[in-house]
Amino acid sequence: MRNVWVICQKELRSYFVSPVAYILLIMFGVIFGFFFWNALGTFVFESIQSEMSGRSFPMNLNEWIIRPLLSNVGVIGLFFIPLITMRLFAEEKRTGTIELLATSPVRDLEIILGKWFASVVLYACLLLFTAVNFAFLFKYGHPDWKPLLIGYLGLLLQAGALLAIGTFISTLTKNQIIAGAVTFGVCLLLWVLEWVSGYETATWAKVLAYMAVPTHFESFAKGVLDTKDAVFYLTIIFLGLFFTARSMESLRWRS
Amino acid sequence: MIKVTQLTKKYARTTAVDQISFEVGKGQIVGFLGPNGAGKTTTMRMLTCFLPPTSGTATVAGFDVLEQPLEVKKRIGYLPESPPIYPEMATAEYLRFVGKLKGLSGADLEKRVDYVCGRCAIADVKTKLLGKLSKGYRQRVGLAQAIIHNPDVLILDEPTAGLDPKQINETRDLIKDLAGEHTIILSTHILPEVEQTCEQVIIINKGKLVATDSVRNLQARASGAESVLVEVAGRNASVEPSLVQHRLEQVAGVTRVFCKQQVDSRAVFEVESKKGGFVRGDLARTVVEAGWDLNELRPAAMSLEEVFLQLTGSEAAAPKEETPVEVQA
Repeated sequence: MRNVWVICQKELRSYFVSPVAYILLIMFGVIFGFFFWNALGTFVFESIQSEMSGRSFPMNLNEWIIRPLLSNVGVIGLFFIPLITMRLFAEEKRTGTIELLATSPVRDLEIILGKWFASVVLYACLLLFTAVNFAFLFKYGHPDWKPLLIGYLGLLLQAGALLAIGTFISTLTKNQIIAGAVTFGVCLLLWVLEWVSGYETATWAKVLAYMAVPTHFESFAKGVLDTKDAVFYLTIIFLGLFFTARSMESLRWRS
Repeated sequence: MIKVTQLTKKYARTTAVDQISFEVGKGQIVGFLGPNGAGKTTTMRMLTCFLPPTSGTATVAGFDVLEQPLEVKKRIGYLPESPPIYPEMATAEYLRFVGKLKGLSGADLEKRVDYVCGRCAIADVKTKLLGKLSKGYRQRVGLAQAIIHNPDVLILDEPTAGLDPKQINETRDLIKDLAGEHTIILSTHILPEVEQTCEQVIIINKGKLVATDSVRNLQARASGAESVLVEVAGRNASVEPSLVQHRLEQVAGVTRVFCKQQVDSRAVFEVESKKGGFVRGDLARTVVEAGWDLNELRPAAMSLEEVFLQLTGSEAAAPKEETPVEVQA
């Protein structure tokens, strides 16, 4: 456990000592800020309209702003996740520092967990940036905070799953660009798998649609903690890290 | 301390290491010698548990590299061919990170970091980023990293590669200095390095063990006979090489005489004699009695380089610069 923390610390340090983390934070902040500003603008416009048309009850902040925005955070994250994970193993393989890690009295699993956990923490920092925007809602309105919290939990689980996949892909190559591109491709595919359910009702289509990552986020976005969906994400995390461990092992047998 | 039996590593098509067996005792400093691509790095990687062997066993301090890798790793300090450094880290910070990985913590860790910084002469770059250091400093940081947890065994893969002559000397001195506390295996393809630093040599070629012996024995073994270099000069006149050769050949115990070179009035001869036959005195007397000057008389110890080329096969042998001129008697 101590070793996991040592590795995680080192990874976080190398994110934050280089411009990587700050550029990701700024880009994420700007993009999400734009999303938030638009959602807020639409909300204000719509609520004035509905008031003029004489509707009696005010529009719900959670339903109109928080829920769609949380789903949007997932989409923005889709673009950032490959950027976070691509260097995790590819860089160490290229510079040869993987030899230091692999010949230290540390288990492979500890290295993998440390690296993955660091990527999750960096992603959590990005999410924290979005929370600043939501804070305005609490200042000027009265949204329900519990669904928001569950939404964030869902985002972390969802990102954790994709980050685990990215970590695995990063072990396959020495080239960061390849790792990033493949991760993005795989994540994007997992994102849109659900489309097949639009025209096909066969079992395979159902299975494919079930594998789609964003469908399992819907319940979280609504503020509902559905065990089924949480288990789905946890399973992907487990599988991703499991394959990472196998890949690291095969690296030794092959190289 | 290290025991390797029938160690083999096969890749898809090639056999990188082929049934190597050797033993290294505690406190020894061993040179691992071979041309590029001989399997040195692969062997070292197997010893450090980075690569699993295809067959055979290797034990370090009694622990098998496959069965108890964690115990082996705790006892090994490893410097790969290029020092495994993170360019964005400062020296002290990097050493702290490695120390923690190797299981050190707290005051103990700080003490070791200070100690290795002093030991490897890198205290003056403690706060500098590793990416900004020169090659020599990086190499020393690599060494510091390897000894931070005071391991029983040090495995150094070409520790002087890419350094300038001054840095090479400093690194060699440092390694010799460390020999007292650790068992050291160092790989190299530079022969003088082995002659200077190691007691024991393991020579491998194309994955196979060619020889394992002490440096001195190897030299003796390869020459088989004793040979002496004799430089003779004529008094006020040039010497006739064939005449000198003829005279020298008549000395008891001498088996063969070459004229190696002739410049002006001087000529250098290589005289081979049976092992144990002490011919030097007789040679000197013969030369002087013939009325020539004896400029030099010294044992022509075969350099490890020649031994190495001889052992690793002829196709690797570089053409000799000067072919001895055999003079008809």
